Amino acid sequence: MVMKKFPKITINEQWCKSCEICVEFCPKKVFDMGRFYPVVARPEDCIDCKLCEKLCPDFAITVTSPKET
Amino acid sequence: MDYLQYLRLDKMPHIWCDGCGHGIILKSILRTIDKLGWDKNDIAMVSGIGCSGRTPGYVDFNTLHTTHGRALAFATGLKIAKPKLHVIVVSGDGDAAAIGGNHFIHAARRNIDITMIIYNNYIYGMTGGQVSPTTPSGKKASTAPYGNPDMAFDISRLAQAAGAAYVARSTVYHVGRTDKYIEQALKKTGFSVVEILTPCPTSYGRQNKEGTAVDMMMYQKSNSVSIERAKKMSEEELEGKIITGVFVDKEQECYLSRYNEIVKRAQSIK
Amino acid sequence: MEKPNPNIKMWQGNVACAEGALAAGCRFFAGYPITPSSEIAEVLSRRLPMFGGKFIQMEDEIGAMGATIGASLGGVKAMTATSGPGFSLKQENLGFAAMAEVPCVIINVQRGGPSTGLPTHAAQGELMQARWGTHGDHPIIVLSPCSVRETYDMTVKAFNLSEKYRTPVILLSDEIVGHLTEKVEVPPIEELGLINRKKPTVSPDKYLPYEMDETDIPAMANFGEGYRYHVTGLAHDETGFPTNDPLKIEAQLERLNRKIDRYRDDIVEIETLYTDDAEILVISFGSTARSARRAVANARKNGTKAGLLRQKTVWPMPYREIEAIGANVKRIIVAEMNLGQLAHEVEWAVRRSKPVVRVNKINGEPITPKEIYNSIVIKE
Repeated sequence: MVMKKFPKITINEQWCKSCEICVEFCPKKVFDMGRFYPVVARPEDCIDCKLCEKLCPDFAITVTSPKET
Repeated sequence: MDYLQYLRLDKMPHIWCDGCGHGIILKSILRTIDKLGWDKNDIAMVSGIGCSGRTPGYVDFNTLHTTHGRALAFATGLKIAKPKLHVIVVSGDGDAAAIGGNHFIHAARRNIDITMIIYNNYIYGMTGGQVSPTTPSGKKASTAPYGNPDMAFDISRLAQAAGAAYVARSTVYHVGRTDKYIEQALKKTGFSVVEILTPCPTSYGRQNKEGTAVDMMMYQKSNSVSIERAKKMSEEELEGKIITGVFVDKEQECYLSRYNEIVKRAQSIK
Repeated sequence: MEKPNPNIKMWQGNVACAEGALAAGCRFFAGYPITPSSEIAEVLSRRLPMFGGKFIQMEDEIGAMGATIGASLGGVKAMTATSGPGFSLKQENLGFAAMAEVPCVIINVQRGGPSTGLPTHAAQGELMQARWGTHGDHPIIVLSPCSVRETYDMTVKAFNLSEKYRTPVILLSDEIVGHLTEKVEVPPIEELGLINRKKPTVSPDKYLPYEMDETDIPAMANFGEGYRYHVTGLAHDETGFPTNDPLKIEAQLERLNRKIDRYRDDIVEIETLYTDDAEILVISFGSTARSARRAVANARKNGTKAGLLRQKTVWPMPYREIEAIGANVKRIIVAEMNLGQLAHEVEWAVRRSKPVVRVNKINGEPITPKEIYNSIVIKE
């Protein structure tokens, strides 16, 4: 069975200020808001559009495309 | 792309509030610089005072944090002295349109080859939410507790009227368009302006009950109108709308090119 | 017929200032029209491009000061010129230049004040504004010429000191010196002893733009030459980045203020005349010193032991020299076109140990030799 590859999303909690922009604007609703920081709840739904990375004002989100890994 | 290569990591995280759109704009600038492949040594970022003024401190370029409103004046001297530098001025609405308004219109008139990115959040954030020249009429601020009695400046129209070679407006929500406009501005020889509307949830949002950064970006999403569409709309229909798009994109000789001709003429007399 | 010497010029003070700047290597000027300094801008608008330099008339005085600092950061020797009201407007960015340690030269051709005052008449009312015009404790060097040739020399010196000490330098001229036309023998450029800013010798990753070294004067990298550093008017540490650490702030601000004090002997210049046996000492500067010199010479002819101390350097104030020369005299006369800004400093320098007589005028007319003479020969 071939595993579907999906992008790796990392959140730098040292820089994140919990504005929830990523949670709200991800077109696939990949994030949930955790107690303090967003969590990548549904990584398999990520379509690698990098909108969360572009809209994160705090340079806290990095999306690494599967081919890059 | 790797944003971190352009940041001064020991200065991070930045001081901007949660949900402040300034970081989104900075990312657009860095993405565009990365796309253009410019050498960091050839970039100078100049700012004035205010939240926007802190931008240069975070980026690994030649950076200059000047006095309130004067970024364009310093940048003008710097560009003339070292024309090989790509000079990018970052400015807020108070910085650009109030205390620095004179430098702004004259830099546009002169068409000096500088790109100015204006972070317009309708408010003086750093000093505690005072009314700015772009605060819409009637909106509240810490120095307009009964509502702003003034009319607001339309920064892009002002730049257009003053003679800038390139003028565009976007919002932080429309990040794709922002990237495109910044790229066109950076490539433009002459004075180029990109005005980007950015939420200030801490001061403007709170005082005007506009909700969180997300709410304010949702407003940007649902209330932006392209220049083309705006032309077909009445004034009433445009009430409260954000007109986005490219206002000016023209070729005109820049200041340094004209001045180099003066140098040639002066030297031929000698 | 004898061939005219091309190095002999009939120059106005303001023209000599512009030519001195060119000789010093100034290649950028930003200005704004204001009487009585405008000739400096006019001459440089014509002359700078001949040398490949750049002239720009900015939208206002504030912008002119800003552009001057920006150009200097780009590695070009830069200058601006103005007069009273414009000088007031420049104070904010002048403070930036002092704080960020950006070399630049500001010419202030003084006119009558306050406010719009007397645009076409001389005054010396900015002795204190030149020192303390911008907010906060800061270093400043202020030179004051009394002739056309000296305007040339001092403009060169202003650039040299500015580059050497990484500080703004003010040339405090006045309407009389600025508009006076005199014969000037232009010195050969080799004699000017031109100085350029100290550049970093370390690699960019080791460069500290505000390093605390034994000289107190950090090396300065120009923008766009591989040293990517930060310049701010905020209180900063050695790296140039803002800090709130009181120890770092104190260390930097103390160095900033100390750097001019410790080199004051290299900076301070005075001219003395008959001071060895003088009983009455006249102290003056700028155009008024011309009248003072004549008054002292006349007093000597008539047997009064008068002497002159002329301040070529106004700031740092030559307190020590005033104190030493003033120690042996019975009376001091301070002649200046204001209401006693220098006299106050002189009283302080001699610890009020003897009478300090003020000869002042603020009506736009120069103080005449006779007026100073009368106060020298008066019987107590």
